Amino acid sequence: MTTDAIRLYPGKPEKVYFFGTCLVDLFYPGAGLAGIQLLEREGIQVLFPQDQTCCGQPAYTSGYYDEARAVAAAQLGLFKEDWPIVVPSGSCGGMMRKHYPDLFRDTPQSDRAKEVAGRVWELTDFLLNVCHVHLEDVGEPVTVAMHTSCSARREMGIAEVGPRLLQQLGNVTLVEQVRPEECCGFGGTFAVRHPEISAAMVGDKVQALADTGAREFVTTDCGCLMNINGHTEKAGQGIAGQHIASFLWERVSGQGGKS
Amino acid sequence: MTSREDILQRLRNRRDGELPMPELDYGSMTGRDWSAAQKLDLFQAMIETVHGEVHRATDEEWLDTLAGILKQRQARNLLTPLKHPIGAEIRASGHPDLPELLSYGEPVEHWQRELFNDVDAAITSTRGAIAETGSLILWPGIDEPRLMSLVPPIHIAVLEADQIFATFLEAMELQRWSAGMPTNALLISGPSKTADIEQTLAYGVHGPKELIVIVRQ
Amino acid sequence: MNQHNPTASQVQSFHPRAREALQNDQLRGNFRRAMDGLMGKRKAAFEGWDLESLRTLGAAVRQRALARLPDLLEQLESQLTSNGIQVHWATDADEACRIIRDICVAREARTVIKGKSMVSEEMELNHYLEAEGIEALESDLGEYIVQMAEQTPSHIIMPAIHMNTDEISELLHRKTGTDRSHDVNYLTASARQQLREKFMNADVGVSGVNFAVAETGTLCLVENEGNGRMTTTVPPCHIAVTGIEKVVPSLADVAPLLALLTRSATGQHLTTYFNMISRPRQPGEPDGPEAVHLVLVDNGRSGIYQDDELIDTLRCIRCGACMNHCPVYTRVGGHVYGTTYPGPIGSILMPHLLGLDETRHMPTASSLCGACGEVCPVKIPIPDLLVRLRRESVDGDSVHPGVVKGHGVKRGRWESLAWRGWQWMHANPGLYRTGTRMAARFRALQPASAGAWTRVRTAPRLAPKTLHQLMKQRADSNSSDNGGSR
Repeated sequence: MTTDAIRLYPGKPEKVYFFGTCLVDLFYPGAGLAGIQLLEREGIQVLFPQDQTCCGQPAYTSGYYDEARAVAAAQLGLFKEDWPIVVPSGSCGGMMRKHYPDLFRDTPQSDRAKEVAGRVWELTDFLLNVCHVHLEDVGEPVTVAMHTSCSARREMGIAEVGPRLLQQLGNVTLVEQVRPEECCGFGGTFAVRHPEISAAMVGDKVQALADTGAREFVTTDCGCLMNINGHTEKAGQGIAGQHIASFLWERVSGQGGKS
Repeated sequence: MTSREDILQRLRNRRDGELPMPELDYGSMTGRDWSAAQKLDLFQAMIETVHGEVHRATDEEWLDTLAGILKQRQARNLLTPLKHPIGAEIRASGHPDLPELLSYGEPVEHWQRELFNDVDAAITSTRGAIAETGSLILWPGIDEPRLMSLVPPIHIAVLEADQIFATFLEAMELQRWSAGMPTNALLISGPSKTADIEQTLAYGVHGPKELIVIVRQ
Repeated sequence: MNQHNPTASQVQSFHPRAREALQNDQLRGNFRRAMDGLMGKRKAAFEGWDLESLRTLGAAVRQRALARLPDLLEQLESQLTSNGIQVHWATDADEACRIIRDICVAREARTVIKGKSMVSEEMELNHYLEAEGIEALESDLGEYIVQMAEQTPSHIIMPAIHMNTDEISELLHRKTGTDRSHDVNYLTASARQQLREKFMNADVGVSGVNFAVAETGTLCLVENEGNGRMTTTVPPCHIAVTGIEKVVPSLADVAPLLALLTRSATGQHLTTYFNMISRPRQPGEPDGPEAVHLVLVDNGRSGIYQDDELIDTLRCIRCGACMNHCPVYTRVGGHVYGTTYPGPIGSILMPHLLGLDETRHMPTASSLCGACGEVCPVKIPIPDLLVRLRRESVDGDSVHPGVVKGHGVKRGRWESLAWRGWQWMHANPGLYRTGTRMAARFRALQPASAGAWTRVRTAPRLAPKTLHQLMKQRADSNSSDNGGSR
């Protein structure tokens, strides 16, 4: 799980594929839509293959490679043209970019998997470093904290991207939590296999976010969002989060983009 | 088959075949172009951060410095090297403030209890120092045995100012360590310490409580 | 011969132990404070360094050493032998213990003093020797405390990190009569006095090895306390024990590994002592052991060595940074893992030493957050290896069948069936769309409780429409407007 030493960003393309991820699809479609609108705002035509399902990560990290491969193989065929594939998740993006080559190693789809992997970009990274977005904030003044997912931070190496986008927003004050790099305790099936440890981790994460004084936080990943929001809601800790795409779209469009 | 043959055979007949030999780039460890003065300053700063004490002295004044250090600590005696010039200079000086002078003249077995219980301080030479980490280089041996710098509560080390190397790597190269290693080679960075009780630093857990360096300029 | 079986250790019941540890506020506080401190110190120690290049160098040094491992071991052996150090080879922990016992018996040794050695913990050497009537006493202060408490180390660098001053003071009082005190200097000084007697009377000193240099036949030891130097200098016989992977070709290889090790472990630029031993006492030298032995221990390592992925495990230089940065280890501490090496490195190493059947909880005890891999000074891809071991545990890959001892142990009928079902759903887009659409439509029927998840969280709520549906609607209305894009 090392990050690329150097990432070579492509020029801004005419079209992109959007891979929404299964969590966004079912629970946070607004975040997906916001991401698509942010891309369209840059003059990019967004292609959404209706046959997409899941990147395969849950099975992969549980060790069920055969099942993960079958599901991932179904995605490989969706991106026929040479456009970049934009994913509103560091975790699913990391799966596709970093782990597809390993998953398909020694199989006939190996080359195809590597080719697809090389085109995968996390949404905010793509907005900042490929589209070079300029965000004009039309929202009311607000203070937010940010939780960057571990996969966005370490697999995709984009810890600085979210804060840089937020800093473009004139009315947004970004506050930092203690131990910003510490995991929220989601970890996919980890939260189910080790619920007590996961609960201790999310408890600490929620405390760290609440201690910033912010009432809102944003995150790059819906897994973290589901975990942290679920806990703050249950504990009534008075801080609520949304996907960073929803937040950014809300700020630049003036439309509430809550998912 | 012996265990040796068994292990070696398993390693040689590796299932997945030959292993890669990546290139080594020592760039991150080299290129410390510090002047002699910078190296001395850095050495002192670094060893002081780990509780080492540094005194700079000329060849003329170093015995006064030494005597002052020992007197201040009310050391009853000082273990000195027999043959090394610093031992000879100390003995020849007849300095009035120096305590009783001892020497490690016989195998440790003959006087282990006295060494462990009755020696207050020992003085040794050094083979130089390392600026980057604030470390002394010692090659203990016949004249300055291994326990001299370990057992007495105070260890005083004499360092020649022109023998400070930028890094450990540089010291090993310039002193050609690979041509032949001594029985024991040591890097010493500060007095003995532990943080095993709740991360709280305590000095002198097994070795010296104090490490004092006299830099001769 | 005594019955000695280190694999029959306390490996079962990870979950109950974790639950207990999580409820122990004292313990959690001890670990949190300690780990926060260590993370901060490490960061400060690498300031001004090109850490990425240094880690790349460290990884390359270890990879090159492993690539030539059998040759280097032979070179090390021949160099040490010509230096007067006797070399022994042990295929497993039991044989390594036996070798040390035999050396002790030949010398009529009754007492052994020990410097810190994780390999000897792995071998459970102390118990073995005690069963043979030979006293084995730890001299590293943390190990001394842990041994006195009849526990095992909870961290590979700081063995007693789970205890606070109160607990240690009480223990020392009970076991040695030391006055109760909060003064760490006093407690330390009292241990110094007790242990000095032991050093003087010990017949044999046993130590570990951090690096073994093949070209010069040199054993390198890293430490702060000086007990390692005592152990290797005062008793008439010194036995060093090490895993076969610790050999490096040359002295130049030691420099980057040492720079990485101490900074990664405790945030020190260098430890107080770096002790390099190449010979027993030579004629005319007034101190040092007359006999020095090295025991090279395999104990599963040559098995790890066979595999192109798993071999990265053997790069480890035992700094413990992966533990210090692991959010799971920080929450539960080392004892919960129930193995000699806890935390991330333990989770990728112990399955090879004990088999996946004995360590089945370890590869899953990680959120795969990647902090361990990020700080590893020799770039071991720990998260990838955890996933690899999860795959081995369930025999989840027909392309790359399992090879690790105990592979497939976790493959259960219901879980595999569930993943089959998941695959069926997600590899068939039509089925997926229908299923998710139905779920969204009937979301009111979603249960509010979802097992362990909802014990501390609310259940995630399904959206009224999936992104697929929203995008389909958009595409339909666009095409009716202007025949535009999908």
